[in-house]
This record gives sequence, C-alpha cells and structure tokens, in this order.
Amino acid sequence: MTETELLMWARGPALQVATVIFLLGVLVRILEILVLGRKASLAEARGSAVAGGLRTIVTRSIPDRGTLQRSTFNIVAGYIFHTGFFVVLFLFAPHILVFQDVLGFSWPSIPTQIIDATTIVTIIALLAVLAHRVRHRVMRFLSRFEDYLVWFVTILPLITGYFAFHRIGLTPPTLIAVHIISVELLMVVFPFTKLMHAFTLFMARYYNGAIAGYRGVNS
Amino acid sequence: MSASFERGINAFKEQMDAPVAAFFSSCVRCGLCAEACLFYTETGDPKFTPINKLEPMRRVWKQEYSFWGKLTGALGLSKPVTDAELTEWETLVYDSCTLCGRCSMVCPVGNDIAYMIRKMREGMAASGHAPEGLIGATQRAVTIGSPMGVKLPALQAQIRHAEKDLGFSIPVDVEGVDYMLLLSSMEIMNFPEFISAVARIFRHAGVSWTISSEAFEATNSGIQIGVSEIAAELVERIVAAAAKLKVKYVISPECGHAYMAIRWEGPNLIGRRYDFKVVHILELLDELRASGRLQTSGKETQRLTYHDPCQISRRGGVVQQPRNLMNQIAADFVEMPETGTMNWCCGAGGGVSSNERADEIRLKVFNRKKKQLDVIHPDAIVSACSNCRIHLEDGLEEYEMDIPVLSLTETIAEHLVDREQKEGQQP
Amino acid sequence: MSNEKTLGEVLRQQGVTRRGFLKFCAATASMMALPPSMVPRIAAALEKARRPSVIWLSFQECTGCTESLTRSHSPTIEGLIFNTISLDYHHTLQAASGTHAELAREKAMQENFGNYILVVDGSIPTANPGYSTIAGISNLDMLQDTAKGAAAIVSVGTCAAYGGIPHASPDPTGAVAVTDIIKDKPIINVPGCPPIGVVITGVLSHYLTFGAIPELDALGRPLAFYGKSIHDRCYRRPFYDKGQFAETFDDEGAKLGWCLYKLGCKGPTTYNACATTKWNEGTSFPIESGHPCLGCSEPDFWDGGGFYKAISMPTGDITRTAVYAIGAGAAAGVALGAVNRARKKRAEKAHEKVTINDLEKDG
Repeated sequence: MTETELLMWARGPALQVATVIFLLGVLVRILEILVLGRKASLAEARGSAVAGGLRTIVTRSIPDRGTLQRSTFNIVAGYIFHTGFFVVLFLFAPHILVFQDVLGFSWPSIPTQIIDATTIVTIIALLAVLAHRVRHRVMRFLSRFEDYLVWFVTILPLITGYFAFHRIGLTPPTLIAVHIISVELLMVVFPFTKLMHAFTLFMARYYNGAIAGYRGVNS
Repeated sequence: MSASFERGINAFKEQMDAPVAAFFSSCVRCGLCAEACLFYTETGDPKFTPINKLEPMRRVWKQEYSFWGKLTGALGLSKPVTDAELTEWETLVYDSCTLCGRCSMVCPVGNDIAYMIRKMREGMAASGHAPEGLIGATQRAVTIGSPMGVKLPALQAQIRHAEKDLGFSIPVDVEGVDYMLLLSSMEIMNFPEFISAVARIFRHAGVSWTISSEAFEATNSGIQIGVSEIAAELVERIVAAAAKLKVKYVISPECGHAYMAIRWEGPNLIGRRYDFKVVHILELLDELRASGRLQTSGKETQRLTYHDPCQISRRGGVVQQPRNLMNQIAADFVEMPETGTMNWCCGAGGGVSSNERADEIRLKVFNRKKKQLDVIHPDAIVSACSNCRIHLEDGLEEYEMDIPVLSLTETIAEHLVDREQKEGQQP
Repeated sequence: MSNEKTLGEVLRQQGVTRRGFLKFCAATASMMALPPSMVPRIAAALEKARRPSVIWLSFQECTGCTESLTRSHSPTIEGLIFNTISLDYHHTLQAASGTHAELAREKAMQENFGNYILVVDGSIPTANPGYSTIAGISNLDMLQDTAKGAAAIVSVGTCAAYGGIPHASPDPTGAVAVTDIIKDKPIINVPGCPPIGVVITGVLSHYLTFGAIPELDALGRPLAFYGKSIHDRCYRRPFYDKGQFAETFDDEGAKLGWCLYKLGCKGPTTYNACATTKWNEGTSFPIESGHPCLGCSEPDFWDGGGFYKAISMPTGDITRTAVYAIGAGAAAGVALGAVNRARKKRAEKAHEKVTINDLEKDG
C-alpha cells in the first residue's frame, strides 16, 4: 500500500467504520441508561429537582476548597489535560474543517503556535497523570486495564498529531494517516470504556443535583 | 424462608435505575471520593474508597444491564459475583460507611455514591450479609417497636419523670392536635432531658402536640440495614398513628436517619403520599423563632460550634435552620472548618453504632472530627442527633478531650423567656 | 551531435561576457544554497565542460515538462546553457523525424556509451506495452535499452518520477515510473506537473560541476530544490498561523490574500521550490495567483482526495453515515433499554418479601 493509499483509507472507509461504531455505541449506552428510568418521589419536595439538577451540572466542575487542597494534583492536572485536549481538538483549523464537513457549520480557529504549545502542555499533563495513577495508592488500587488503555488511546492522537504537524520521522502523508488512524482508534474504543463519562457525566450530575435539590440541598 | 445469595443478586437487579446506571458509566477512577470519606482519610486503606464499596453491584449492573457486559458474559469472558465476595464486602458496606454522602458531594462526574450504597444494602441484607448487631436491632424494632428494645412502659417512666420536673403534664394520645412528636430510643434512654425541653418549648410557644403510645419510635432500622419492606412496615406504624390522632404534622426528633426515613424515604416506601407533613424539630423551632413565638433571653458565652448530622444537613436539607437558632442563643458561635453540607460525619450513623464489630474503626475515624475541633477549640459542641451525640462523647473520651456535647433543642429550652403559665392550661 | 567547442567557447561565441557568465554561476550557486566561494569552481567547471550528450525520451507525457523548460526561450543564460548541451534526441525540439531521428539516437548512444545523460519524461505503460510506442518500439523496451549506456538518468516531471496522471485511478495503462523499471543506474527525480524550468537546469549544472548527482531525499528528489515544503516557505503562512483563511475563491479573505488551506491547498505536504524560486523568472506561483497548491510534485497527487478538499478532511459523506448511525443507535438503544426494563421488572416480580426471619442464612 502506498502512503497515499493509506491516507485515503484512513480518511475514507476507516473513518466511516469508526464513525458508525462511535455514534451507535454512544447512543446505545446513553439510552440504556435513560430508558431504565427513575421513579418519581412521593415525598413532599422542598426545592426544585430540575433546578438542582441543572445547577449541579455546572457547579460540580468547581471543587470545594477542602477537596482542592487534599487532591490538588489530581484536579489541576486533570483540568489541564482536559482543557488542552479540547482546545487542540476544537480550535485547530484543520480539525474545524473536519467538523464543518460533518456538521455543516464551523467556528473560528486560534493561532497554530498556541495550539502547538497547548499540545506539548497537554502531553506533559497526561504523562503526569499516568505517573500519578501508578503511584497514588488509591488510584493504583482502583485502576484496571481499561484505565491504562484509555490513557493510551487519549495521548496517542496528541503525539501523532504533533508529529504530523511538525513532519517528524515519516513522510507527511504517512504521518497524517497515522494521526487519523489514532483518532479512529479512540473513537472505536470510546463507547466501551469510561470515556463515556464525556456524555454520561451530564446525566450523573443531573441526577445528583436533582436528588439533592428535591431536598433543598445544593450539591 | 432464609436469606440466600440468589435473593441478594435479585435485589441488586431490582435496585438498578437510570441514576445508578449513569453513575457506574461515569466513574473514571479518579479517587477523589476516597479523600472525602473519613474511613479512608483516617485509615489510609484504599479499600475504603467509596466507589470500591460498590464493586459487586457494579459488576451486576455491567453484566445484567449493559449490552457489552451481557455479550462478554454470554461469551464466558466476565466474572460473575460470588457469595464469598459479598462476605468480603460486608464490612465495607456496613462497618465503614455511614451513608453520610460526603463522597456524593465531591465526585467530579456527579456520582451519588451514598444513594447507591443504600441500594446495595438491599442485596447485602437479602443475601444474609448484614452485620449481626444490625440484624438484632432490626428484629427488635419490628417485634418490640424499638431497636434498643425500649417498650412503652420505659417511655412512660421517662415521661412521668419529666412531668415531675416540669410541673405540667406531657400530652400522650391526644387527638386533633397539630403535631405528633416521634422520639428515638437513644433519646428516651440516654437523653430524656430532650422530652422535657420539647415540652417546655411547645408550652411556651403555644404549640399543640402529642406523643403516640402506639408509634413513638423515630429510628428506622429498616433504612439502616437496607430492607425496604421492613422500613416500610415501621413507617406504616407512624402513618397509622398519625391518622388515628388526626394530626397535621409529624415531628422528627434529634436523630439523623430517622429524618431521612420519615421525611424523604417514607412515602416511597409505603407507595403513597402522607396525609400529614413531616418537620424536623429544628425546622419547627426555627419557624417558631422566625414568627416570634419562640422568645429567648441571654446567650451562651462559652465558645460553641455546631456539628451537622449528615442525614439532617447534607442529605436532609435542614442546614440554615440550626444556624439561625445557634445565632439566637450563642454569643460565640464558630463554624467548623468545612461546615454545613460539607461538614464531616461523626462516624457512627447508618447502623455503624449498632454494629459492635465496627466499634474499633468507628472510634478510629472519630479522629477526623477531632482534627476539625483542634482547629477551632470550642468549649462545647452542639448537635441535633442523639446518635452523633453519644458517639461524639465516646470519641472525645477516647481521645481524652474534655468538651461537652449539647443538644440544640435542650440548649434553646434553657434560654426560654419565662411566660406566665396558668397551672394545667394547655395553650 | 557532440561539438568540439567547450561550453565557455560557445558562450563567448554567443556574446556572453565573462561578467554575465559569472553572474549566472553566482545565481546557480545561490539557488543550490552553495557558498559564494563555490562560484569560481562552478565557473571553471562550466568553462571547461565539454557539451555532454543528452538523450531525452518522451513516453506517456503531455509535453508540459518540455514547455516549462523552454519558457526560458528569450535570450537568457539558461536558454544558452540549454543549447550548449548536446541534445541529441528530443521529439519536440529536434529537427529530424522518422528513421533519421531514431538513427540519431542510436548514434549518440554508441558514440557516448557510458557517458550520456538520459532524460525521461512521461510514464511507462506496463499493462500492455503497446499503449505507447515510438517507431514501433515500446516505451518499456526503449527505456531498458537506452538506460544501459547512460551515466545517469533524470526523470523529469511527476509522470516519469512517480507515474503521474496516467497512473491515477483507474490506471488503465498500468503506468509506472522510471525507478520502477531501472534499478541499476543513478536516477534523479525532478517531479512537478510540470517542474520549474530553472530546477532542471540547476540539476544539470550540479552534475556538470561536480560530476555526481546531488544529494537526494527519500523520494529521490534533489534536496536543494525539494528539501522544504511549500508550507514552510509560503508567503501566506502567517495567515495560516493566525487562522485567517479564504473560504471561497472570491470572498474577502481571498481578496486579501489569506491562506488557501480551507480551499484544499496541499502546501503542507508538498515539497518543491515554487514558493521561493517561483515560475517565469520569479513572476508568481499558484498560491500567489490565488489557487491552492495541487501538490503536483508528490506521488499520487491526482488520487489525494480532491484538489479542493483539505488533506485533513474525510473523503466520504460522513454526515450521512453519522445520521444513520445515530438513528440506528437510538433504535438499538431504546430496544436494549426496554430489555433492561423488562429484566428489572422480572427481578421485581421475583422479589420475595424479606422479613426479620430472612436476614440470616439458614444452617
């Protein structure tokens, strides 16, 4: 297979398959949760469940002071790599073009030097969280194979993307193909793992806030 | 009939709902819940990580309610939960969890872990994996009417004692009054001054109230052990008594899980709404304060702090009312570092104090509360749960700290303004 | 036919001054990124160079490469240098035709065996050699035959270097590059569709000066001209970095000369000298004229997913796939959810009331 054929495969059939697995998988998982339903409470409400639920979706992103003090590294490094990942994914011009192709609309991009620096910072943060996962006794205790797999498929697109952008190592078409394939790997793994939290956390936070809000507590 | 592993697994399956599925789907193994749980912070043992306490139930969810889990199960690639594992998890689910819900407040993806532990107990109990002490308490609650075995004569004795001190009678089985007061066995046996305090406050404020001789127990062991039908049976007794006495309100006393049981779980346990409203004693006292019916004079000069009982504050929603009342009667009220809905559990709720096997760990984790106290150095601790009170006293003694633990209701009663009361008159 | 005069003598005959000649050598040196100290050496070499024999074979090509080279037709130094190479065989430029043309080729091969430079443009059909023949000889045979006595081979244009447009899908002729056929000779690829005129003369000058082929990249191209991507030398790069793109060919961005990435520019993956050397003596190059780079000096650029689709974009209709996948996922999800509910209902039905006597296991 020539490098152009590899790139065409990555941009073509491979992407189609990955898209199907990703979207079908995500939807199945979300609906498997929602259709189970939740019994309405017969107790007299003190506050609004809906307001509480919506509130917690937002406020749960802000840790309380005690937790921030006790788990500083976890929270800070976690925010750095999440933010960095989203910035690189959604604000880099070539990526926005892909979204435009699929969604039909686009948005402004940010300068490539910033994207480049953000990629480095994100990769470093991801390496740091892996080290933390292996060394911290609670995280080490909780972690399964899945946690390490997910880490790998998350950092891979960042690394391959950086290499593709700077054209390090292989020829440009091959580097781009490898990058696109690494993204497809992430897409295919996504619905089977904890990566689903990207979608399900909205439900979890909502339910949490709703249960508490019903009782008049801001959670 | 006997407890069995199959009944336990079946109970797990029944307990699944959308929140549980969302929570298990979202956990990213970040470990933040561990740092919020006093059983982890004071022991350093990662097995006490809250989400880990749910592991068997998580596997059941995965294998029974997720497509991928069902598929891998069919291919023989998954590990079904075993009875031995449930045995192993018994101490995690009962001895080292009070359902305090602090983990539910910090989980970044929003998991309500305490909600799930409550559900997991249904399966643990049905499979025979509830602690002995709690089983005993539950059996007593159903057969005798109180987990501590307190029968009506014992209550009547305490009431007579109180009436002698008060100089007026305490209403029992009076029909048509507004409020029916429940009492926890702990209060009746260890803190009977609570009864006198309530009587004095209600007389002062002109509250019409009574105690039912047929249903006076507030504590709900069914909630603690995690058997909904038993919990429902206990609630039904209160509902029947309230109906019989035609009261408008049922008061939940200074007991944490009692409030959760009657206020929030009750109607769902019995499958219908109440014909009365439930108020916590603190809610009522605050209403009386706000409407001017509760007049106090003088303030406590000693440095006071307030310990939030988890089921009343964080899980119950009665957060501001005790603070209003504290400000009324305390000149030097200092909050604990991390307070309100983020206060730390005393370590004894949710059935832990009924479980002798958990005594050692219960006292060990009191160290968390001690660390809070070491920052503010109060002269006394005020709270509104007798179980917290007893355990705080135990802990303070263990750590050789000379700090009295007071009831908020009793403290308020001590500051009541004297009003002209005609002998025997019921306001 | 080989001339007895040296290159220097020919130039003087044409009226080129010493000064003019040295200026050309300086320009050649700087184009190849050689230091000024090399200029005397280039001058000396070119001065003494005997006009080497060059045989130019044209296979499946469009003659565009020749057109590009001969754009330097006005009396420039490049044109004169071209004349001073003994171009013994070239379909378009030679005077002879028919049998005489072929005889000229054979004679040049015999007289200069082992020393002539073979230049090839156009791809070679292999599906059926009959697709392209010259004087009844298939391209394949002619190439193999002529290559035997060549000192070096220069594949001019993307067709000869990588197969070019005939090789593009569906490739009915089985078109291949020179490097696919000849394995035992030094081959320089000078791709482009067409390549820039001065690039070819720069390559030849290098060969005449040093007697060796220049340093090549992994695709066999001289690093001096193909070492940097268009993207890295494009004057519109600051716009790419800032995120200012033309969205259509006639919008504000296009008029302001913004980056053409969104219109499908292959600059980032294309290696050539267009952005610096430009065309027609530095007049312009496609991007400067407002058209995205096609990537014409890269293999398979015809099959790269479209000239107006950026290289990062999907080639198929992902939107439609996404809509179907979401629809199917929703249906499957609801169905599976219903299965879950049924399972829960069954568990609820199977529930046996737990009494205080059921809290312990019997036995």
